[in-house]
Amino acid sequence: MLDIINIIIKSIFVENMIFAYFLGMCSYLAVSKSVKTASGLGAAVIFVLCVTVPVNYLLENYVLAEGALWWLDEDYGVNGSGTMDLSFLSFIMFIAVVASIVQLVEMIVEKFAPALYGALGIFLPLIAVNCSILGGALFMQERQYSSIGEATAFAFGSGIGWWIAIVALAAIREKIRYSNVPAPLRGLGITFIITGLMGIAFMAFLGIEL
Amino acid sequence: MSTKKESLFSKKNMKLIKDPLNDSNPISIQVLGICSALAITIMLENAFVMSMSVLFVLIMANVVVSLIRNMIPDKIRIIVQLVIVATLVITVDQILKAYVYEVSKQLSVFVGLIITNCIIMGRLEAFALGNKPGPAFLDAIGNSFGYTWILLVVGFLREVFGSGSIWGFKFIPDSWIISFDPLTGGTDGFYEHNGLMLLSPIALFLVAGVIWVQRAKNRKLIEEN
Repeated sequence: MLDIINIIIKSIFVENMIFAYFLGMCSYLAVSKSVKTASGLGAAVIFVLCVTVPVNYLLENYVLAEGALWWLDEDYGVNGSGTMDLSFLSFIMFIAVVASIVQLVEMIVEKFAPALYGALGIFLPLIAVNCSILGGALFMQERQYSSIGEATAFAFGSGIGWWIAIVALAAIREKIRYSNVPAPLRGLGITFIITGLMGIAFMAFLGIEL
Repeated sequence: MSTKKESLFSKKNMKLIKDPLNDSNPISIQVLGICSALAITIMLENAFVMSMSVLFVLIMANVVVSLIRNMIPDKIRIIVQLVIVATLVITVDQILKAYVYEVSKQLSVFVGLIITNCIIMGRLEAFALGNKPGPAFLDAIGNSFGYTWILLVVGFLREVFGSGSIWGFKFIPDSWIISFDPLTGGTDGFYEHNGLMLLSPIALFLVAGVIWVQRAKNRKLIEEN
């Protein structure tokens, strides 16, 4: 249990998607003008990450990784005679899973939770090409989490981290509208600097472990 | 067909290459493809390899999508584009792993993330779907060079000040670096690398600097707030 909490805390603060890896910067910069919409997009990212990363985890561990097809035939296992390594296919499989799940989630949410669809609806198609979603899947593959629970915890933590980052930036941007920023830095420039300062602040969390 | 064929290097087409270098730069003006631009610019070499990968993928994807633009059903166009881009990125990833393994290790997930690099999807959506392969090719070149020069500038500054080298070649002798001698108790040298440059947030400040210079020179680009 402590492991899971540790992974969540780590992926929220230490390995924050935005401040440590700059994933999903495009929508982070474009949709952070008001706290309300930013929060909506952040919620959609948490939701989609929590669905796609576990699915990609299963795909990685039961189809793509070296010897992962052992459940089909003994020969395909790590020590078998016909062991296979399909990991070169992982990019195309992951992005296909992400794109189709986003489509699916959009349809399901529209049918069963119209209120949620109203809130998230416009953001869902955007998310298919959000770096943080594919990045979540690729980090999951690189770090080799030992169970699906850990992978889901990582996805949840990363999503929360992304949400915190975008809501905080949107709140600051709402305030900075009243400040006298040098003209050439207005808009994009000052947003970059704010994000950089927030990133340095988040470095204070470096090395935290439960 | 009696209409005069437009030359590939006409003024209008040259504008496709020139504009993204400055006035509609993908990174500093259109805000596309920032994710990878910032994370991999610690070393000049990494930045160069990354830009070349994006150059290859963007040119190929733009031309291919433009060639089959009339056959793609509108509803599934995103998926079609993703599959084309993903295939190209897999090719790049395998090539990098084979020839420049060290760099590819350092780029880690960011090679895969070229798939969702907003520059590529953005150019496919905005340009390749509505234009012939020739202009699409030029547009891809223009945009990837616009991306490349910012990456190289940021990578250069971070490597020079962060680790005192250019392309892995150290030009600051070790004797300059401040070091403490435990035997005599004295210190030696006068120079210290700026460790801040190696941290990831610093890339944001550098890009903000590029934006500042660019918009100070061309006042038309300044935003409202």
